[in-house]
Amino acid sequence: MSAFLDALRARRDAVAQWLPRWWNRALAGALIVVGIVLPFFFPPDSGFMNGTIIAVTYAVMSLGLNIVVGFAGLLDLGYVAFYALGAYSLGWFGSDFFFKLRVHVLVSPVASTLQGVHLNFVLILIGAAAICAVAGMLIGLPTLRLRSDYIAIVTLAFGEIIATVAVNGQSVPVGGGMTLTAGNLGISAVDAPYFPGTGSFSLLNLRPWYWLILAILLLVVFVNLRLRDSRLGRAWVALREDEVAAVSMGIPLVRTKLLAYSVGAVFGGMAGAFFGTYYTEVNASQFAFGFSIFILAMVVIGGLGSIWGALVGGLTLGYINNYLIPDVLNDLPSKFGLHFQLTQVEFGIFGFLLVIMMLVRPQGLIPERRRRLEMTAQIAAEDAQLAEAPAGEVTVILPPGEGAA
Amino acid sequence: METTTVSPPSLPAAPVRPLAAVRRYAGQWGLIAALAALPVYYGIHDLVYGYQVYVAGHPVIHHDLSNLGYNFAQGLSNGAIWALIAIGYTLVYGIIELINFAHGDVFMIGSFTAVGLWSVFRLSPGMGSAALIGGLLLTLIITMIVTGSLNVLIERVAYRPLRSAPKLAALITAVGFSFILQNVGLLWRGGSPQSVPDLIGVEQTVFTIGGVAIQRGYILVFAVMIPLVFALTWFINSTRAGRAMRATAQDPEAARLMGINVNATISLTFLLGGMLAGAAGLVYALYETNVWYFQGFKAGLFAFTAAVMGGIGNVRGAVLGGLIIGVIQALADARMGPQWTEAVVFGYLILIMVLRPRGLLGEETREAG
Repeated sequence: MSAFLDALRARRDAVAQWLPRWWNRALAGALIVVGIVLPFFFPPDSGFMNGTIIAVTYAVMSLGLNIVVGFAGLLDLGYVAFYALGAYSLGWFGSDFFFKLRVHVLVSPVASTLQGVHLNFVLILIGAAAICAVAGMLIGLPTLRLRSDYIAIVTLAFGEIIATVAVNGQSVPVGGGMTLTAGNLGISAVDAPYFPGTGSFSLLNLRPWYWLILAILLLVVFVNLRLRDSRLGRAWVALREDEVAAVSMGIPLVRTKLLAYSVGAVFGGMAGAFFGTYYTEVNASQFAFGFSIFILAMVVIGGLGSIWGALVGGLTLGYINNYLIPDVLNDLPSKFGLHFQLTQVEFGIFGFLLVIMMLVRPQGLIPERRRRLEMTAQIAAEDAQLAEAPAGEVTVILPPGEGAA
Repeated sequence: METTTVSPPSLPAAPVRPLAAVRRYAGQWGLIAALAALPVYYGIHDLVYGYQVYVAGHPVIHHDLSNLGYNFAQGLSNGAIWALIAIGYTLVYGIIELINFAHGDVFMIGSFTAVGLWSVFRLSPGMGSAALIGGLLLTLIITMIVTGSLNVLIERVAYRPLRSAPKLAALITAVGFSFILQNVGLLWRGGSPQSVPDLIGVEQTVFTIGGVAIQRGYILVFAVMIPLVFALTWFINSTRAGRAMRATAQDPEAARLMGINVNATISLTFLLGGMLAGAAGLVYALYETNVWYFQGFKAGLFAFTAAVMGGIGNVRGAVLGGLIIGVIQALADARMGPQWTEAVVFGYLILIMVLRPRGLLGEETREAG
């Protein structure tokens, strides 16, 4: 089996050498074009479009968590906190929730007559990013000197605290008879995004929503790629691999770790703001602990530290969660005479996927190169190769920042 | 020959860092002060402003500490359950440095097993006390065997293959197993909390000390917890297997060289932790008179907080931490409302991490030395 795989790998490398230099870029360009024209092949209000939009948003979150867990190696079990903060930024600044205020900036003619704070969606995205960046740093601060598994628990605790505050925010006054959140009742009647000159965003025509989240995704992928190869990205990987060695080489520990938390949080917040407007409601019941694990499962299944892995993991689990389980396989247990529906146990399914993935293919579907070497037996062989290779070739084997691309 | 006396260069004065002193002081006393803050505040509040009680239907304002005493009695007995679970966390962390995330859900399975066995044995509140106690003891033993074996099985399937992998990998499978067990519980007994028969009359008052009514439930919890903790301490300190556990916790490689079967010792540790979680599950079902598939999540996090508070790897610390967390929980439940309890307990978890990550009694792990 492995001989067969090696043969395949050798063939792939041969093909890669034969392909022209611009092949990767052409492929990426073609994929983007396919992504842009995709909605024209489906009805504008179809369930598939809905599932696609949600899956793409999950992919944005998964790319954000990948920075924290994959690049920097800080296991974050409270990522749902940034979803919550992003969604609440939309609820606060894009609805009539703060009904005593009247603030309107660049919003649709309808929204500009309503009470409450109404900002343009782009401004809300920026605001959500800023709020989450600060929150990410605050959450990061107590974890700086902790061991890796304590970090997991502290982030989990922060996520649960924010979820608790979201649920009970109805009893937290912020002045003028207004409260912090609407708890499980939800902030409803949030604004749809509005851009002068484009079509309106309604739930009957999902195409504008799709293009909006696709644009956000492309931006996030681009930022991820640039970050990975930047000085900061290499510093994250260095800290992940060996903290003591990295610090002694002059990497600023505090700044680098805090930046990982806040950059990861920014993407979660942007996706959260989009979900807020897309679901037309910001409800505290959306921010359960299970969601953090769901996003983590995307990153782990895709391949920790791999950008394309996080993207594919997010899309895959997004489709499984919003299309495959509820629409296609939901009645499967009843066919075997079992009295439950598959949607009830979806988190059990994700838990099972996590366990199987870690046991069978810990490097993920599309592994990052360095992680693949670390997680499989190949590392021993590569080490032997390193010892034998002349000094000039050593850098070829482990180029910094070389990913699965 | 000239002799020149060179005065030794004076050492530069150590820079005065006032913050360092503050930080050291905070590390020493900060957590203890934070822990004392809640009871002291509510004690003073009760004494100064009083609290309302109904005497023969009329509201009366009392100015004493018996309300606080009631919070403590309830909190300590909650805490005894958390302590039993926390020992499982601390033992496993001490020996393989893994947060066994599924432990809280093993506790939940323990509750479900116990409740299932009651109906198999037809235990009911009306039956004679000798038969009831005998039935409960039998249930306790079977539950402990079931959860102990379950924990060993989880270790064998999910953690052992990953022992040499990065720490993150085992932690992720632990989280995955936690979700699997939760969904097993969900399919077993449905998605909402189920009330179970109150077999022993937990709320009956046995006696009263200083205005605080001691209920049967409180006595039950300690009657189970104290013997188990003593048995465990005896086992770890005085038996050959216990010595093997301590040796493996200190240095697995050296232990292996000394002829200790490390894998068997780790399995034994999971067995003990699982058995205590099963006992806690039975006591929880008797004490709270309801069970829920999600109870293990909260219990697991509270117990983990307790283990860290006492100092992870430290059995006495886990018991102390469990009792403290129980009191915090009871105070938050009664004074701020149960919807805020989780936030308060997790706030304390973060405070521990900031102020005193080694815990109250000091951690006993390899990294701590």
